[in-house]
Amino acid sequence: MRTICVEEAIAMIPSGASIMVGGFMGVGTPERLLDELVRQKKTGLSLICNDAAIPGKGVGKLFDTAQVSRLTATHIGLNPTAQQQMLANTIAVDLIPQGTFVERIRAGGCGLGGVLTPTGVGTLVAEGKREIEVDGRSFLLETALRAQFALVHAFLADYLGNLAYALTSRNFNPVMAMAADTVIVTAENIVPVGVIAPDHVITPAPLVDYLITNG
Amino acid sequence: MDPQTLIARRVAKELRSGDLVNLGIGIPTLVANYVPADLKVFFQSENGLIGTGPIPEQGLAHPTLTDAGGRPISALPGASTFDSAMSFGLIRGGHVDVTVLGGLQIDAHGHLANWMIPGKMVPGMGGAMDLVSGAKRVIVAMQHAAKGKSKIVAKCTLPLTSVRPVNLVVTDMAVIGFAGGKATLLETAPGVTIGEVMAVTDADLVVPDHVPEMMI
Repeated sequence: MRTICVEEAIAMIPSGASIMVGGFMGVGTPERLLDELVRQKKTGLSLICNDAAIPGKGVGKLFDTAQVSRLTATHIGLNPTAQQQMLANTIAVDLIPQGTFVERIRAGGCGLGGVLTPTGVGTLVAEGKREIEVDGRSFLLETALRAQFALVHAFLADYLGNLAYALTSRNFNPVMAMAADTVIVTAENIVPVGVIAPDHVITPAPLVDYLITNG
Repeated sequence: MDPQTLIARRVAKELRSGDLVNLGIGIPTLVANYVPADLKVFFQSENGLIGTGPIPEQGLAHPTLTDAGGRPISALPGASTFDSAMSFGLIRGGHVDVTVLGGLQIDAHGHLANWMIPGKMVPGMGGAMDLVSGAKRVIVAMQHAAKGKSKIVAKCTLPLTSVRPVNLVVTDMAVIGFAGGKATLLETAPGVTIGEVMAVTDADLVVPDHVPEMMI
């Protein structure tokens, strides 16, 4: 793990990159990294995030400035800007069930080719997918999802990069921290090693590539 | 009593002590207001919490404690938090006893459509498909009709949420079950006759000899 300033971290991300961003309706989202993506005008991004948040908040900022060209998400109904861009075909949107979304990312981070889920069998979601029967039940084969970069937000990070999360801001962050080539983390608090007890570490330090310095 | 309150109060009667319950947005959210205090029900918020509590008092909200719509909530003593993989493992894995969702259409076989209107409303399904596929019991809480059109239809014309039939539908006019794969009128709302229910239902309903009035 290396500590790094936010400008330097975002400079590593090229336009057109695939990025996973933690957060659920902007809660548990690394806002400083998104602000810097906007400031450095990284465009054509392939964004993987649960939702599109709302304009001006979380990943919603990237739609305000039309920096996303492709979105994989589960729900974008609360961001009218993202909806308009989808209907105008200026962004390609893949909407998938939330349980499938997180399992595809988990598979990507755990070395699996994909998962078998009953969710979506017999619906529009099943179109173009392989259906596999196991013990008489039908499942869809959903393939693994990875990204070049994961942008993660934690409540606590220690000097080594061990992470702990707060309440509902955990959501997709620990799963995404497993599923990207480069993991960049912001934390509410950076604390000495030992403050996060081993049993309370959710994301172990070796998963974190860069920790954004505070202050 | 307004229709939404009636529906929420009737759904609340379905919950049992010890149940893990997921409430969707809209009328389902209101159900929590009518659960008796002595009934120990665990409410899950799919963004990673079991033990959701009411909206906090002014000044006590915290940005890391929110519901699935991003609004501030509180947590009750004994609450637990987890990531989204765990949250949907609970949902898909049959650990959630009851899910209560809104609906756009229900057909005579109990199939639910509640996530999109092609060409008009395509917000994404969020957690709805996992909830209907995986929860032990699926209860739909919705108005019986919208703009004069029955929401209970012979066959859904909107895209299905799941091929798994729901267990119960509670509307402002009736309670309908699907035992045996057929829509069956179980109860009528106070002051509503069987004939009135039939008149605004676009699907065949099995009507037993005795149809009691909703107890709320």
